[in-house]
Amino acid sequence: MNELIASTAAELAEKLAAKEVSSEEVTRAHLERIAEVDGGERGVHAFLHVNTEEALGVAREVDSLRAAGGDDAAELHPLAGVPIAIKDLIVTVGQPTTAGSRMLEGWMSPYDATVIKKIRAAKLPILGKTNLDEFAMGSSTEHSAFGPTRNPWDLDRIPGGSGGGSAAAVAAFEAPLALGTDTGGSIRQPGAVTGTVGVKPTYGAVSRYGAIAMASSLDQIGPVSRSVLDAALLQELIGGHDPFDSTSLTDSFDTLAEAARNGSVQGLRIGVVKELGGEGFQPGVEARFREALELLRGAGAEVVEVSCPNFQYALGAYYLIMPSEVSSNLAKFDGVRYGLRVLPKDGPLTIERVMGATRAAGFGDEAKRRIILGTYALSAGYYDAYYGSAQKVRTLIQRDFDAAFAQADVLISPTAPTTAFRLGEKLDDPLAMYLNDVATIPANLAGVPGLSLPGGLADEDGLPVGIQLLAPAREDARLYRVGAALESLLEAQWGGPLLSKAPVLGAAKTGEVN
Amino acid sequence: MSDPTLSFDEAMEQFDPVLGFEVHVELNTKTKMFSSAPNAFGDHPNSNVNEVDLGLPGVLPVVNKAAVESSIKIGLALNCEIAEYCRFARKNYFYPDTPKNFQTSQYDEPIAHDGWIDIELEDGEVFRVEIERAHMEEDAGKLTHMGGATGRIQGAEYSLVDYNRAGVPLVEIVTKPIVGAGRRAPELARAYVSAIREIVKNLGVSDARMERGNVRCDANVSLMPKGATKFGIRSETKNVNSLRSVEHAVRHEIQRHAAVLASGGKVTQETRHWHEDTRTTTAGRPKSDADDYRYFPEPDLVPIVATREWVESLRAQLPEPPAERRKRLKAAWGYSDPEFRDVVNAGVMDAIEETIAAGATPAAARKWWMGEIVGRAKVADVDPGELGVTSEAIVELNGLVEGGKLNNKMAGQVLDGVIAGEGTPTQVMEARGLVLVSDDGALLEAIDSALAAQPDVAEKIRGGKVQAVGAIVGGVMKATRGQADAGRVRELILEKLGVNA
Repeated sequence: MNELIASTAAELAEKLAAKEVSSEEVTRAHLERIAEVDGGERGVHAFLHVNTEEALGVAREVDSLRAAGGDDAAELHPLAGVPIAIKDLIVTVGQPTTAGSRMLEGWMSPYDATVIKKIRAAKLPILGKTNLDEFAMGSSTEHSAFGPTRNPWDLDRIPGGSGGGSAAAVAAFEAPLALGTDTGGSIRQPGAVTGTVGVKPTYGAVSRYGAIAMASSLDQIGPVSRSVLDAALLQELIGGHDPFDSTSLTDSFDTLAEAARNGSVQGLRIGVVKELGGEGFQPGVEARFREALELLRGAGAEVVEVSCPNFQYALGAYYLIMPSEVSSNLAKFDGVRYGLRVLPKDGPLTIERVMGATRAAGFGDEAKRRIILGTYALSAGYYDAYYGSAQKVRTLIQRDFDAAFAQADVLISPTAPTTAFRLGEKLDDPLAMYLNDVATIPANLAGVPGLSLPGGLADEDGLPVGIQLLAPAREDARLYRVGAALESLLEAQWGGPLLSKAPVLGAAKTGEVN
Repeated sequence: MSDPTLSFDEAMEQFDPVLGFEVHVELNTKTKMFSSAPNAFGDHPNSNVNEVDLGLPGVLPVVNKAAVESSIKIGLALNCEIAEYCRFARKNYFYPDTPKNFQTSQYDEPIAHDGWIDIELEDGEVFRVEIERAHMEEDAGKLTHMGGATGRIQGAEYSLVDYNRAGVPLVEIVTKPIVGAGRRAPELARAYVSAIREIVKNLGVSDARMERGNVRCDANVSLMPKGATKFGIRSETKNVNSLRSVEHAVRHEIQRHAAVLASGGKVTQETRHWHEDTRTTTAGRPKSDADDYRYFPEPDLVPIVATREWVESLRAQLPEPPAERRKRLKAAWGYSDPEFRDVVNAGVMDAIEETIAAGATPAAARKWWMGEIVGRAKVADVDPGELGVTSEAIVELNGLVEGGKLNNKMAGQVLDGVIAGEGTPTQVMEARGLVLVSDDGALLEAIDSALAAQPDVAEKIRGGKVQAVGAIVGGVMKATRGQADAGRVRELILEKLGVNA
């Protein structure tokens, strides 16, 4: 495997700054990797669109600025020239944005998301748009209208979801960095099952402007990477106040990379959430999690048990609040102004019937399921019992977090109850699918930040296990400090990054992986 | 087919009307409620839109602070409480004039609530109208249905959508039920909408042009048997968009309900469409209180916190309420009721105030504006203020008349010159050579000719019919091409004929 694609973003940034490599070489290496492993019958299929020409253009621009030297070179962002992949829920000028749905197939946004503007300003070549469950609804990327993404660890398994494309792209060395969105775990759970790092920042820490809304009060854009430091560097780049997003915080989050470079848990109280473990959690997941706790204790942390009794209602509350917001956010997809328009096969051609035919044809089953659930939950006579009660649970969960953070500086749990399951295994069982997010959802309901990092491989299937860290709102830096410390403890034990144990993909592979 | 009606008098004998109004006021902010696109009327369709107004994927709303301030001012002018904390909500329904298929509005947390205004009818009777709430929302786009007979969406071949209006800030003012207006209900309806229009115009928060839809009224009407206290079933007549229509629509609905009820029928709770041409309404869609818009708090916006300091600073900016101002000016000027009403109706109250401030007496200011300028404006089909006559010019012109340099007729010609842009009154007077003939010799010569031309009239005057002198005065004025002082001419004629006035 090309050494360039095995490097982390921070390593690439150093090599670029030292002019050891050019951005064009780095970008080309990743585009070649995409060509090698992404397509075909057994390809990873992380990308829905590859942005070759524009990415190379940006890379060459960075190279020429750096070559010219002077102020322009000095003012380049540290990540300038490091390529990135974008979840196809985030709008981009010049590339299609589909949200993984037939509804938006071929649609080109006339405007850039705020995070894209920042990425363009910092001159990161955008490699393309990554696959996802339709409108980010799912935990396996199987609900994409354009076919599933495969897990690079085992091509017959799911890469998690909804951001399976971004996680798989980073895990398969097709990109060093990617953007995801996390509404109930869509960054962290794919991170866990692909052996990558994924962070859901504090709600409001990163602008949502231009991320196609699934559930507005829960959605958050965040980084996907192969190291905690890379995630910190990327969150610093995309974060900050945005006047186009009313829910955007005015706090500055500019000490994240510094925190990641100074990882430490000495004297820290780390709280194990009693309710996020036990029944339903795979033994191999629990085993790696317990070992991680031992490592943290050994490094000087105090590990305490905390209880969050209302977390047991989190999944139920989430599946009322999220679909309620979905039912309203997805109403705009009606065939009137953009995207798919389907005319009814027979009968009169009225606006209602055109909207109905368009939505019947354009949305997949999971999107329809949630739209129907949400419409029902918001209906007169049901609102108080469903949406109203769920909001009360949300408040109780926030209080649980407050109480837990009074006892511990950060909280810790497995990210997902199991390792990657097989493609198709849970497709007909939505409830089983929803249970994947049981440990990640509370953070979205409370707006607190969460980070998932690789915790090793489960004994029973040799697949990656994710460990989740949670911090109080606005304390994203704390996650990076603890995350980096745990990462270096684990990697010291493994003798290198977990992904170096992943099966070889593409032309260089020696045998078929099952 | 129009619905049967009772006469208004018959209706009033049997029933008491209950009214309720929802008035939508379009604010004149520079940009829209939730986007930076211009809030402007009359531009090319779909030119004042950006990605937010079109509801493109990924967009988010941001509240327009100026619109919130305007809303608070409206609330204060209506004597409302201003909520310290309030939120927007989503009103969900599918319709192509609403790009997101939901309207961002306020639901159970209006920014202003529990107010009142006193409405004065023409004869001075005052009704207090209680305001339930004034809340913020965004306007929808404009649909034009093509190819159908009715201009409605049903039966149209296709529809055109203009999203320029989508997202324009609106304040919806909702009254509590208005009882006790009796037979004055139609008048009160008109006066109420007129008062709201005047208030928002006076605040400077809306252009308040009803013909452009800046102020739109939905009128709720129900009847209950005389003396009853339980309200009847109401109808809601939508988009009654002129003051005259509001009065007629309420009158029509009262008569229509009365016919239904008097024949033992039951009024249908529904929206009604107003038809200006026939002055009748037709049934719209049935409406129930359980219309399910699946409201929920707008998650993309943070709550609006109106601190007391902010509210008080806005209160300090409020202009004098129009009704109080009128009362004050009427008393100060000493006009009679009809005189003052004519001034108000002619739209020259502000102009007269200015003219008085420039040095004219109230009587002189009224004489010039009502006697001269309003008529000329009517002929030119413009507002009186648009003729370009300044207060200074009026004061100067009035001085020339009072100083004996011009008579009224000549002053009129000078005014024409001023309007034509020929200069100040003095400049016009000089340029046009308008000089009052006050030389008795010249006048006596003209009087002799006039008396000789009408000997029978001269005889009548000598016989004591003094009022006949006008004919001779007219002859003299004609002979002097109007440049004589008519008063002096009269004196000289009577003197010459030896008659005491």
